[in-house]
Amino acid sequence: MEIAHKDVDTITYTWLVMAFLIVLSLLGTRGLKSMPGGLQNFLESIISTIETMLSDTMGKHGKSFFALIATLFLYILISNLIGLLPGFFPPTANINTTLALALIVVVLTHVVGIKKHGFSYIKHFLGPVWWLSWMIFVIEIISHFSRILSLSLRLFGNIGGHEVVIMVIFMLVPFFVPLIMSVLGLLIAIIQSVVFMYLSMIYIQGAAEEAH
Amino acid sequence: MDFFSACVLAAGIGMGLGAVGPGIGGGMVVGSALEGMSRNPGASGKLLTTMFVGFALIESLAIYALVVVLIILYANPYKEFGLKVLEHVGK
Repeated sequence: MEIAHKDVDTITYTWLVMAFLIVLSLLGTRGLKSMPGGLQNFLESIISTIETMLSDTMGKHGKSFFALIATLFLYILISNLIGLLPGFFPPTANINTTLALALIVVVLTHVVGIKKHGFSYIKHFLGPVWWLSWMIFVIEIISHFSRILSLSLRLFGNIGGHEVVIMVIFMLVPFFVPLIMSVLGLLIAIIQSVVFMYLSMIYIQGAAEEAH
Repeated sequence: MDFFSACVLAAGIGMGLGAVGPGIGGGMVVGSALEGMSRNPGASGKLLTTMFVGFALIESLAIYALVVVLIILYANPYKEFGLKVLEHVGK
């Protein structure tokens, strides 16, 4: 199979983001202190913020998904932010990366649902009344597939669209104006990673709770 | 009108129409959040985070339109077909 030039860039920058996160975690957890300072303090504040959001949204059984949710958030955040450096290409501006992330989340929701409810997980798809369940089943199946589409396209469109806008503005006005768009891009990068994390928490929580 | 000017026209009109709805929705979100914050300034931190998340969800509708427009402009699946039709019409 042939790999396009753009995808090679994406793979390389994905490795760069992974290496950055691994080195950062290794440096932060080297010589843990009970009175943290410097890097350990910084990382602990990020992690505890994510943990608070997780327990607010998913309750006490959300703890077991902490590793996945925090990894998704940190990976997406660093991938988005890397695009603000000139010459770097954010891995999330490629549809393959975002589709892979969305597939992980959506497949996990069904795994969680089946593990928790067994066969009665199908009640999630049938709605409250039995004589309408044939129609609701079709609608629910479509909505579950559209989750993959919306999760992946939202992230890809925001980051990829920002790249295109920056490129066009650099061609038109190379001075000062791209700076304003970069500030907007900083906002987009943070908000989109939070939104991805938030939505994956809501989807997993929706599969884990009882059918309405 | 040839194939490419039709593509550009469709992209422009599509992006413009796609930005109308999310614009109205985003304005309503920010307006209500501001109203809530001015009534209860103590809750502004929590309102601001919820507003940003909700705003990003609405904004993603415009982003879907942008993705479709980018597909029309840069990765049109009917490019070969359009060029072939153009050749026939040209003869």
